[in-house]
Amino acid sequence: MSDPILELRDVKTHFSVHQGILLRKQTGTVKAVDGVSLTVQRGEVLGLVGESGCGKSTLARTIMQLLPTTGGSVLLESKNLTEGSASSIHAIRRDLQMVFQDPYASLNPRMTVFATLSEPLLVHRVCPPAEVSARVSELMELVGLAPSLMQKYPHEFSGGQRQRIAIARALALKPKVIIADEPVSALDVSVQAQILNLLAKLVRQMGLSLVFIAHDLSVVKHISDRVAVMYLGKIVELGTAVDVIDRPQHPYTRALVSAIPLPNPDAERARQRIMLPGDPPSPINPPAGCPFHPRCAYAQERCKAALPPLAAFQDREVACIRAGEI
Amino acid sequence: MKTAGMGKAGKLPPPAPLRKLPRTAGFPLHNACSPARFAALFGLMPLLKVTDLRTYFHTRTGVYRAVDGVGFHLERGETLGIVGESGSGKSVTVHSLMGLIPRPPGRIESGSAVFDGVDLLACPPAALRSIRGKRISMIFQDPMTSLNPYLRVSDQLIEPLLIHEKISKAAALDRALAMLEAVGIHDAARRIHSYPHEFSGGMRQRVMIAMALITRPELLIADEPTTALDVTVQAQILELIKKMQGELGMAVIFITHDLGVVSGLCDRVLVMYAGRIVESADTRTLFYHPKHPYTRALQRSIPSTQPKGAELFTIPGLPPDVSKPIAGCAFTPRCVYATEFCKTRDPGLLPVASGHDQACLRVQAGEL
Repeated sequence: MSDPILELRDVKTHFSVHQGILLRKQTGTVKAVDGVSLTVQRGEVLGLVGESGCGKSTLARTIMQLLPTTGGSVLLESKNLTEGSASSIHAIRRDLQMVFQDPYASLNPRMTVFATLSEPLLVHRVCPPAEVSARVSELMELVGLAPSLMQKYPHEFSGGQRQRIAIARALALKPKVIIADEPVSALDVSVQAQILNLLAKLVRQMGLSLVFIAHDLSVVKHISDRVAVMYLGKIVELGTAVDVIDRPQHPYTRALVSAIPLPNPDAERARQRIMLPGDPPSPINPPAGCPFHPRCAYAQERCKAALPPLAAFQDREVACIRAGEI
Repeated sequence: MKTAGMGKAGKLPPPAPLRKLPRTAGFPLHNACSPARFAALFGLMPLLKVTDLRTYFHTRTGVYRAVDGVGFHLERGETLGIVGESGSGKSVTVHSLMGLIPRPPGRIESGSAVFDGVDLLACPPAALRSIRGKRISMIFQDPMTSLNPYLRVSDQLIEPLLIHEKISKAAALDRALAMLEAVGIHDAARRIHSYPHEFSGGMRQRVMIAMALITRPELLIADEPTTALDVTVQAQILELIKKMQGELGMAVIFITHDLGVVSGLCDRVLVMYAGRIVESADTRTLFYHPKHPYTRALQRSIPSTQPKGAELFTIPGLPPDVSKPIAGCAFTPRCVYATEFCKTRDPGLLPVASGHDQACLRVQAGEL
């Protein structure tokens, strides 16, 4: 049953903060990702949620090896990516691809759709040049675009169509894992539904694994098998999508879930909302103990003392020492 | 028609003033004695009544009918939601009211927007200036770019007061400080002298709200104020807008593409599509008994209304190109219920029940 394809072991990505012009001194460290362990199964959709600045995009970039890891390891089919040379990373990119948030910025405006989609095929020499055109048509059909649009430029497409092109580009090398960093956040509701359907279809058809990053919990619940909730560079809750979003345990997840506006006036007006005071604290000097305690309604003295580990609780994992009490 | 009369009243040349008016009183007094103003004073007409607004953009590639015949009204203290996808004309509608349409290429082709007896579209620029920022305020989507990065928050906050009221700088600063505290900024006395970059996104949006409300407006226009924010911060900002509305008794026009935001906040909702209003109803009716096929489709495409993992309902095709004239109903090419008739005949926004208008021929004919 368990067939992990991507495994993160205590991954850390830190950035150093420098000050001064002549004598630049390191004055601090931003712990953007600080000890994340996760596994993604073959054919699974893992949702990753959290507020801006919680480190979800940094984690995505770290998995992709677009950022160097400070500690820990990223394993793709048991191969450690953090130790690989540049050429081995290049080979690994065939199996690991990314879709970015903003389809207006992630496509080169001076490249036609054909150029964009054929580039990975040529760089990785996956098919003879004579077959490239046929493969590009196939990719376009796969994501629901007419192959006749091949010679057009990105500006001639709508946002939803551009995101389809970006997905086709990620699929060009038949990867095993796709990391999608907020792929529907920039899109309208009706277009968002089209892209979500497309991603769900591709996962089913091609047996892909998908790491789906978003801040919209209803979208994440819809598409994901399991959900990980991040706060200040750490995972605070991890479990199946239905468990985590319908019955959240960690106080932060509870607040996050209660903040989703419901498209139902009676339910929306009747429910009790947990208001989180303030903004997330700065990751340069995170609070001691549980990073969430300054905003937590259930915090006690002992929450300030030690960092709670991500521990099994009922059918999920929660990083809260009061998980059973509240 | 009452509305036509009001539109004309706004356009009348100002009568000669009997005595020199204080500068702060401004131009709206020029028609203080007009029937429209009289009616407005006694609450006989809505705070804002927009009739047949058409805003077109004349560009080299054609005429874009961004807003094409929009009409609605807003009562005092009411919250009106305007929902639609990008390009549906919701922002252009309110920008037209505020005189913020770049001209050229934009042009307001027709219509009137009578705010408390004054037609915002026809009044002289000075009269509009005395209303805008004083009696009607606006907050924008992106709190990162709508504050001036070169000016301290204090200077930006007191600017509307110094312009619109006869007030000393010290007194203005006192009011700015009180306002910052009211919008929930801790340690306001120290932070008021900070620059915008020293605030987080949610805090900047709070500063924007403080700036908009400092003149105690009668109408607040919020153009997607929470789209750029996290859900937790969005919840804080929505709560703040509700609280301030309770305290100041102002009316709010809330523009969003998120039906969830509308459901908790608004009394009434307008749904826009391709520059026209397709449905208008009170919030509960719109959510529980939507009539127009577009409203229904929009509602069904939200993931949380669907069982988990099921294929989401999608609207086929793309919104129409507003640079080409649309003869019949603009939604026809994407509508599963469309008939030949829909392609040629403009349905018009007609009532289906009291306070519930919609623009679908087949609903009007009782077929859906």
